[in-house]
Amino acid sequence: MSAEVFSVFYQFADVFAFLILSAAGLAIVFGMMGVINMAHGEFIMCGAYVTVGLVNLGVPLAIAQILAALTAGLIGVLVEFLVVRRFYKRPLDSLLATWGLSLIVTQSMLLIVGSAVRGIGTPEGSFAIGGYTFSTYRLVLFACAVAVLAGLYIIFMKTRFGVISRATMQNAAMAKALGARTGRIYAISFGIGTGLAGLCGALYAPTMTLIPTMGATFVVESFVTVVIGGANVLLGTAPAAVLLAIIRMALNASYGQIIGQIGMLVAVILIIRVLPEGLSSVLVRRGR
Amino acid sequence: MNSGRKLRMVLLGAMLGTVAGASVGRAAEPPLKVGLLEDVSGDLAFMGMPKLHGSQLAVEEINKSGGILGRQIELIHLDPQGDNARYQEFGRRLLNRDKVDVLIGGITSASREALRPIVDRTSTPYFYTNQYEGGVCDASMISMGAVPEQQFSTLIPWMVEKFGKKVYVIAADYNFGQISAEWNRKIMKDLGGEVVGEEFIPLGVSQFAQTIQNIQKAKPDWLLTINVGAAQDSFFEQAAAANLNLPMGSSIKVMLGFEHKRFKPPALNNMHATANWFEEIDTPEATEFKKRWHAKFPDELYINDMGYNAYNALYMYKALVEKAKSIKLDDMRKVIATGDACIDAPEGKVCIDPKSQHTSHRMRLISVGPKHEVKVEKDYGTIQPYWLSEIGCDLTKKNDKDQYTPSHLPKKS
Repeated sequence: MSAEVFSVFYQFADVFAFLILSAAGLAIVFGMMGVINMAHGEFIMCGAYVTVGLVNLGVPLAIAQILAALTAGLIGVLVEFLVVRRFYKRPLDSLLATWGLSLIVTQSMLLIVGSAVRGIGTPEGSFAIGGYTFSTYRLVLFACAVAVLAGLYIIFMKTRFGVISRATMQNAAMAKALGARTGRIYAISFGIGTGLAGLCGALYAPTMTLIPTMGATFVVESFVTVVIGGANVLLGTAPAAVLLAIIRMALNASYGQIIGQIGMLVAVILIIRVLPEGLSSVLVRRGR
Repeated sequence: MNSGRKLRMVLLGAMLGTVAGASVGRAAEPPLKVGLLEDVSGDLAFMGMPKLHGSQLAVEEINKSGGILGRQIELIHLDPQGDNARYQEFGRRLLNRDKVDVLIGGITSASREALRPIVDRTSTPYFYTNQYEGGVCDASMISMGAVPEQQFSTLIPWMVEKFGKKVYVIAADYNFGQISAEWNRKIMKDLGGEVVGEEFIPLGVSQFAQTIQNIQKAKPDWLLTINVGAAQDSFFEQAAAANLNLPMGSSIKVMLGFEHKRFKPPALNNMHATANWFEEIDTPEATEFKKRWHAKFPDELYINDMGYNAYNALYMYKALVEKAKSIKLDDMRKVIATGDACIDAPEGKVCIDPKSQHTSHRMRLISVGPKHEVKVEKDYGTIQPYWLSEIGCDLTKKNDKDQYTPSHLPKKS
């Protein structure tokens, strides 16, 4: 019996981790800043490729993963400075610009690195409960997802940067008038977002096949989580991930992956219909 | 948006499309145009790239040795990027605008079925170069790859005998996976075995924790893995990490997707497949062929069966045209009808079956070890593609233009 209970928790944790890690970066870039970043998947891919490259050079996995997230974050700051900055008042054009960026990056990776890269293998470790065996690394992913949420809470709610950043997102002109260097705030926020995307790729790199278009497998889940979550990263994205993870896990377990995916997307349509502003609109109002 | 996409196509075409016609000017007659549709970008690029390379190698060799009927070959390659709508668009472009003399290509069965109605409206021969779920009875199409009676009727009885009667199936959710699963059900029923679970996975899904647990709950003796594409291949890594440790069988793993080269050992340990080609074949003919391939493409990770079949397709086309002394499909089919449409391929002699226009193959059952070493477990010799003619497909008499499966058989007339 306890094996069944644990297996339900494990499956929930697995889907939850996937949704949070793939959506956290987008929650900042799209949810907070309002930039429709179509290159989100490519920042995930960047994190994965840097991780595998460094591990092949002999860097330990955990350090490679941190460096990969930092790389994606720095590239994000650069992209913000060169491209995204010009489109804050033109969200639809930002969609086109980042989509173009995504196409350029995937095709260049294909030409430079080739169509497939040899995987590095998931860190050893599995354990058995009842008749089931589980991979320890999947629980590490869950712990990382929780840590990401905690980290975001501290950065955006407990630090001076967080206060200024939220003020800038709400009213840039007023924040600027009060002395905030909004340009820098935007760049750093975008960098945190892409860094988290890179972290997602870095964490999933050992468990997946690396191809230039791998980001696409994360993008749908990350966008739906952020969209039904709404503008607030913590009160939106996290509950959205919990809700979607429960729906998907239950359907996956009883009816298989097809129904699991269909069911999740149907739930997304219903939630957007009832709560166009996302879950956070309800939760934030309650909180006040 | 659209013009951006077009520009990208043109650029890609310029970069990747190959025009092998350096010595065209010398030939008195215009070159033969070979249209090739293979994905070299998108989700299946890692499989499609060897197909492009195999075609390029064959074209280069044939042109060097004098071409076909004294005419050089011009290869026109377009990259449909795994998009079935683009397969149709590019197929029409090659057939109607470029007026190619022969069309080759397509990776997934979905892309082939998208192309086939377009090809059927022309009188251009079409070569499909993948192993597949079988059953296409269409006079315009010549199939170069292996089919279920060559792959499943050998593999499944062997797996049942060696590992047991209970199988769990994970399959990609489109026509290839669905029809292959149907084949498995039929063969398992004939063997008195039991399918304890079947799970169809949408393309692009990469997370398998729940599937792994469903498998452990069903307690099968072995797994049939006919999952497709880079995302779904993540199953192997995740199953190994969870210590699932079950014997596996497949019609597409190792020789086609070279998972044993792409994943860190022992993710593919205990995988089994039946194949007409895998790079580890070490006969003198195969070694000679591999040497030529790696000389031209030194970075190739693995020469997979699709790439190999794509190479053979051009030699088969050459053989048919030269025997028929014509590039017309009807004349080529008269050669096929004699039963004498054969070439000496690196695997040995392969021939086209007149009734179904599918190819005979020498089949071997291979297994993968813990260090991802490949071993030949059993050599079946040459197996004919017999199923279609058994159920009544006879292209020498009637062009059905249909795809049959164990549950969709020709109507008795």
